[in-house]
Amino acid sequence: MNINDIVKPENLVYQKSKLLTSKPFHYCPGCGHGTVHRIIAEVLEELGIDERTIGVSPVGCAVMAYDYFDVDFAEAAHGRAPACATGIKRVWPDKIVFTYQGDGDLAAIGTCETIHTCNRGENLTMIFVNNGIYGMTGGQMAPTTLIGMKTATTPYGRKPQWEDGTPNNGFPLQITNIISTLPGTRYVTRQAVNTPARVRNAKKAIKKAFENQMNNKNGVNFVEIVSNCNSNWKMSAVDANKWLDENMLPVYPLGDIKDNFELIKK
Amino acid sequence: MGELKLMKGNEALAEAAIRYGCDAYFGYPITPQSEVIEYLSEQNPYERTGMVVLQAESELAAINMVYAAGASGKRVMTSSSSPGICLKQEGLAYIAGAEVPCVYADVVRGGPGLGTIQPSQADYFQACKGGGNGDYHNIVLAPASVQEMADFVALGFDMAFKYRIAVCILSDGAIGQMMEKVVLPEQKARMTEEEIKAKYPWALSGRKRGTQHRVITSLDLDSAKMEEHNRHLQRKYDEITKNEIRWEEIETKDAEYVFVAYGSSARIAQKAVQLGRAEGLKVGLLRPITLWPYPTKAIDALIDKGVKGFLSVELSCGQMIEDVRLACNGRAKAEHFGRVGGIIHTPEEVLAAMKKQIIGE
Amino acid sequence: MTEEIIIAGFGGQGVLSMGKILAYSGIMQNKEVSWMPSYGPEMRGGTANVTVIVSDERVCSPIINAFDTAVILNQQSLDKFESKVKPGGYLLYDPNGITHKPTRKDIHIYEIEGAKLASDMGNAKVFNMIILGAFLKIRPIIDDKNVEEGLRHSLPERAHKLIPLNMQAVQVGKDNVKQD
Repeated sequence: MNINDIVKPENLVYQKSKLLTSKPFHYCPGCGHGTVHRIIAEVLEELGIDERTIGVSPVGCAVMAYDYFDVDFAEAAHGRAPACATGIKRVWPDKIVFTYQGDGDLAAIGTCETIHTCNRGENLTMIFVNNGIYGMTGGQMAPTTLIGMKTATTPYGRKPQWEDGTPNNGFPLQITNIISTLPGTRYVTRQAVNTPARVRNAKKAIKKAFENQMNNKNGVNFVEIVSNCNSNWKMSAVDANKWLDENMLPVYPLGDIKDNFELIKK
Repeated sequence: MGELKLMKGNEALAEAAIRYGCDAYFGYPITPQSEVIEYLSEQNPYERTGMVVLQAESELAAINMVYAAGASGKRVMTSSSSPGICLKQEGLAYIAGAEVPCVYADVVRGGPGLGTIQPSQADYFQACKGGGNGDYHNIVLAPASVQEMADFVALGFDMAFKYRIAVCILSDGAIGQMMEKVVLPEQKARMTEEEIKAKYPWALSGRKRGTQHRVITSLDLDSAKMEEHNRHLQRKYDEITKNEIRWEEIETKDAEYVFVAYGSSARIAQKAVQLGRAEGLKVGLLRPITLWPYPTKAIDALIDKGVKGFLSVELSCGQMIEDVRLACNGRAKAEHFGRVGGIIHTPEEVLAAMKKQIIGE
Repeated sequence: MTEEIIIAGFGGQGVLSMGKILAYSGIMQNKEVSWMPSYGPEMRGGTANVTVIVSDERVCSPIINAFDTAVILNQQSLDKFESKVKPGGYLLYDPNGITHKPTRKDIHIYEIEGAKLASDMGNAKVFNMIILGAFLKIRPIIDDKNVEEGLRHSLPERAHKLIPLNMQAVQVGKDNVKQD
C-alpha cells in the first residue's frame, strides 16, 4: 500500500470532526484539552445539534476554545461561564448550552457561580477540566493542586498548614463532590483522557451529559475530566500521564458520582 | 394615550421593561432599588409576556447573565445601586469590548464603600468616565422624573441595539423611591426567534451549517487587530456623540446665569430658578439628559448667547463640574455646589450658592 | 394652587399609604402630584415621613424644606417639623402621645383625636383615613368623589370592599377636627 492508496476515501479509518475548525490548537503537545475538544465536537456532530448549540469558554488555557469549535460561542469573564450559560439558556431554552472551564476558573474565582448554577438546576452541560494547576498564567497553585505538589506559588510544595498548625495553602478542593450533593445536579461524573479506554468512557459520559440536556427541562450535567499539564508539571507528556495515574486519581477517583439526581453508593 | 398610574420610579422602570417586550431581567437586591426586582417578581412577567426574571447569586453573576443573554440577541437588563454597580464593572467592561447591547439602571446611593442608602449623584465619574477597564463609554441617560424612568427603558433599548452598547439609566434614591404620575406605554410583543435572527446577524443563536460560526468575545491577542478594534469603538462613540446628545433648557432665553443639573438635582434647581426669577434674577436651567455623550454644545451655545456663569448643582463633591468647565473652556465662570452624604440640597441653598459663587453680591 | 404637605409619624401608622391615597386622589382631580418618602433601614417602628405635593403645575422639587401643611402623628415629628411650617400655614396633629403641644402663633393649629376615633370605630386600621379626612376639612383641595377614586386606584382589588368603611372614616375625621 503506498501513500496514494492510504489517502483514498474508502480506506479512511478516522477523521477530524467536522465541528472542529482547521485552526491548529495552541495547546501544548500531550495536553488533555485537545482530546476533550475532539470528543465534544464528535458528540455534538453525532447528536446533530450543532445548529442550536452555544458554547461558553472560560478564562484560562481554553479561553480561545471558540476558535476551534465550529459552533456559536461566547467568551466569559474569569469564573463566570456558568452565569453566562444561565443567561443564554434562560432566554433560549431550546438551545443546547455548554460551558468549558478549568480548575482555577470553575473552582476558585467562579466557585460561587458554579455552586449556584448547579443549585438552581439549570438545564446545562458543564465540562470541567482539572489538571491541578493554573496553566495559562504559568503554573501557579490551583484549588485542586495536590498536597505537596510544587507550583510557581507553592515552590516548596502545597502545604495545607504550617508545622505549628496555622493555616497556609488549604486543601485540594473536591468541587465535583460538593456540587454532586446539590439537588440541582442531575448527572455528575469524573473521567480522564490519558488512555484510549478512558477517552472512550469520557466520550460516553459527555454524550450522556448532552443527551440529558436535550431530553429534559432541568438539572445540571457535570463532567469532570482529570487531565495533565505536562508543561507546568515540568515533565514529558508520557511521564505526566503516568504521574496523573499515580497521584491525581487517588485523590480524584474516576467514575459516575451521581445519576438521574441520585448519588451513586459505592 | 397609555395607562395613567401613580408609581415609584423603580416600579415604573420595571413595568416599562415588561411593556417594552424585554426578554429577561437578572438582578440582585440592594437598597434603594430593590423595588425593581420585587415588582417584577410580583407582576410575574413570565406569565404575562414570557419575560424571565431571575434573582442571581450576586451582582457579578447578574451582569454576566446579562452579558451572555445580550450576546444572544435578547433584550436583557439589570439594575442595582452604587456598591452593586461596582461589582458589575467587570461585566460592563466585557460588554463594552464585545459590543453587547443591554440596559442597566443605577439608582445611586451615597459612598464611598457601603456609604449610605440615601440619594446621591457621586457616581457620575463611574458611570460616565469608565468604571471598568479599557477605553470605552456607555451611553448614560439621566431621568429626572418617574415618567422618564419609564420612558428611558424604551429609549435605552433602542439605542443599545442601534449601536451595540450598554445604556445606563442613572438615577438616584430620590427618583427611584418617589411616586409620581406616569403614563405607561402599550404592551409590545417580545421579538421572535426569526425576527432576532433576521435583525441581529451577530447574535449567538446557533449557527447554520455552512455559515461562519459566531463568536462574542472581548479578547484579541493580535495587537494590530486590538488597536483596530479600539479605533472602531472610538468611531462608534463619535457617531453616538454626533447623533444622540439630549438636554432640556428652562428659562434660558434671556438668562445670564445658568444652573447645570441632572436628575433629582435638576428638579431642585428648577425650583431655584423660580425663586430667583421671583427676585428678578435672570437665571435659567440646563438639564443634561444624556450625561455621556455630554451636551457640551448646549453650554457652548449658551455662552454664545451671553451667559456669564454656570453653577453645576450635584449631590456630589464636584464631578460633573469637570465637564461643565471643559465645555466652558475658560469662556465663562463655572463653579460647583452640592450637598452629600445623603443630604439633599434645598432650592433656597442652591439659589444662595448661585448668588454667592457666580453672580457675586 | 400648590399644596406642599409633610405627613410624619411612626412606621406602621399608615403614613406612607395615607400619602399615596392623597396623591392618587390628586391625580383623579387632574392635579400634578409627587410623593417622596424618607426611607430608613428599619422594617418596623422608627419614624416615617412622606412629602406630598399637589399642584396645578408640574412639580419642580419633590424635596422641600418648608411646608404649607404638616400632619403630625408623634412627638418626634412635632419637634422636627413644627418649625418647618410656612408662616400662615397649617399644622394638624393627633394629641395621642403628645407631651408638649405646638407653640407657634403664626400658623393655624388643628387637633384630631385619630387614634381614639379609630378605636371608637372598632378598627385601628382606618386611623390614617380619619387623619386624611381631618386634613381635607382644613385644606379642601380634593373632592370626596376623587378621594373615593384615589382609594380605588391605590388599594388592591381584594380590598375594594373596604372603600365604604374608609370613606366613613374620612367623614369621621372631617366631623371631629377642631382648631386649637
